[in-house]
Amino acid sequence: MSQLNTAANLSGPDAFYEALIDAHRDLSLEQSHELNAALILLLSNHIGDMALLRDALQRARHVALDAVD
Amino acid sequence: MENIDYQKLEFPYVRPHELDESSERRHPVVVVGAGPVGLSMALDLARQNVPVLLLDDDFRLSTGSRAICFAKRTLDIWDRLGVGQRMMDKGVSWNVGKIFFRSEQIWQFDLLPEPGHRRPAFINLQQYYVEGYLQEAAEREPLIELRWRHQVANVRETDDGVIVTVQTPDGLFDLHTRYLIACDGSRSPVRKMLGEESHGRTFRDRFLIADVKMEADFPSERWFWFDPPFHRNQSVLLHRQPDNVWRIDFQLGWDADPVEEVKPERVMPRLRALFGDDAKFEIEWVSIYTFSCLRMDNFRHGRILFAGDAAHGVSPFGARGANSGVQDVENLAWKLAYVLEGKAPDSLLDTYASEREYAADENILNSTRATDFITPKSEISRLFRNTVLKLAKHHDFARTLVNSGRLSVPATLHDSPLNTPDADAFEGRMVPGAVALDAPVRGGEGDWLLAHLGDTFTVLRFLRPGDAVPTATDLGFTADIPVRVIGIYPAAAEPAPGAVVDADGLAHQRYDARPGTTYLLRPDQHVAARWRDATPERLQAALARALGRIEETVA
Repeated sequence: MSQLNTAANLSGPDAFYEALIDAHRDLSLEQSHELNAALILLLSNHIGDMALLRDALQRARHVALDAVD
Repeated sequence: MENIDYQKLEFPYVRPHELDESSERRHPVVVVGAGPVGLSMALDLARQNVPVLLLDDDFRLSTGSRAICFAKRTLDIWDRLGVGQRMMDKGVSWNVGKIFFRSEQIWQFDLLPEPGHRRPAFINLQQYYVEGYLQEAAEREPLIELRWRHQVANVRETDDGVIVTVQTPDGLFDLHTRYLIACDGSRSPVRKMLGEESHGRTFRDRFLIADVKMEADFPSERWFWFDPPFHRNQSVLLHRQPDNVWRIDFQLGWDADPVEEVKPERVMPRLRALFGDDAKFEIEWVSIYTFSCLRMDNFRHGRILFAGDAAHGVSPFGARGANSGVQDVENLAWKLAYVLEGKAPDSLLDTYASEREYAADENILNSTRATDFITPKSEISRLFRNTVLKLAKHHDFARTLVNSGRLSVPATLHDSPLNTPDADAFEGRMVPGAVALDAPVRGGEGDWLLAHLGDTFTVLRFLRPGDAVPTATDLGFTADIPVRVIGIYPAAAEPAPGAVVDADGLAHQRYDARPGTTYLLRPDQHVAARWRDATPERLQAALARALGRIEETVA
């Protein structure tokens, strides 16, 4: 089973981030949520591996519950 | 010498002799603006044997610290101009940056993690010191005439030059020059006189700069806070400067009142919140700034050329303003000198514009992205930003997304018409259009490779131990274009006249070199061409191409 790769893997991190934010341009908050949901579903299907997706879900949930103040 | 208060210096205005006697003199170059870019421009032109008249409308150096981060490439250029060590001796060197989110440090990074470079990633130095040291060097240079309180009132192009109308306290007079270089800053009066504008984005945000003098034991690092407890929902940047001066940038948002926010009663509580109630400090300088990312469509208008902030502007995150201006200088100085001497066609100056417009676009792209990360424009953008910061605490990948400024590195001029594309296979960063990398060497004029490159075209030839260094004539060069040939031996060999030893093997590694590998470098130390097997024909063709004599190059 492969591991979730959390090392730097994007060939152009800044270009990716710009494209991500740009994809949300002029959308309402509700539309942005929808975009994010669609994006997660698309990428999840691409990944396919259930163990790996569970790992990612767990890490993401941890971030959401981690109150940094 | 070190006790000069550069901010208080006043330079004497001298009544221009042109007012009392008619002058038929035609200057080769007039440079407008004695800031870091204009002064560097004058020094670099003088090194190319071009007499320069440098005009400034004021009679003082920079007020306040302003540009403070000077990057490795700028220091390399100033080394070539003979002022690098002076800047180093006074400046504060730093390589480490720390990122904080709210009350936690997320991580820290090293900007120059590899050894074997003469200069650090950055020094911090107040702009008035930079200008002061450059001005002193210009004063010592007989080819530079620097005139204060000479304000350009009008420019008019003729068939073979520019007529510059100059306003002085004693009246107006006209100067004739073959070329005019406008280094007159972001509000460039010369640009306005031509009816030109810079185009781009202005950001709806305001930042407060405070320089404070303080005895403190913070290390010499760049600290960047996103949403810290002492300045909620905004960012803060802390830098150390010489003389125990600390620079703090507070993001204030667009609604901040620029008149109110600079008042001590508004600034002091912000500083107290950062440094604590017990810290002892005094405010040296306070200013509010907004910024834009923009550039002129064309940096060349006939015989008028624009450099530095006059040509392009960026946000301050990434230190790409003054640094890119000094890179404009190294690109333009040799080209203008070769054109003036008839060694290159006037069209070579078009490549100044195209190469530096390309570099400006890269700087604008990087500084726009940093600004968008620091100042999210929507709720969802802020959510992504904050989530990246939280992820960055634990995950490497997210750290590559955190953007508090991608700090200034020189552009690689990939598509320049002056490059000869590779015909042989090479690895690594030294592609045509790249700036030559430094490496420690032994022998000759010093311990660093860049110190051997000079201000002319240079052939860098990697040799076997004992191989003779070819002369420029051996390589087919003629006297009309001076070419310096530097041999490099592997680490174990001994230096010889005209050749250095690659002390730690880093030059071989950085230039992917084998015996016989040959680089042709431009006077601004950019790679023009490289070969495994350099024949005189190939070298001549590449030199012609790098001089803009395209029609002479072999297809």
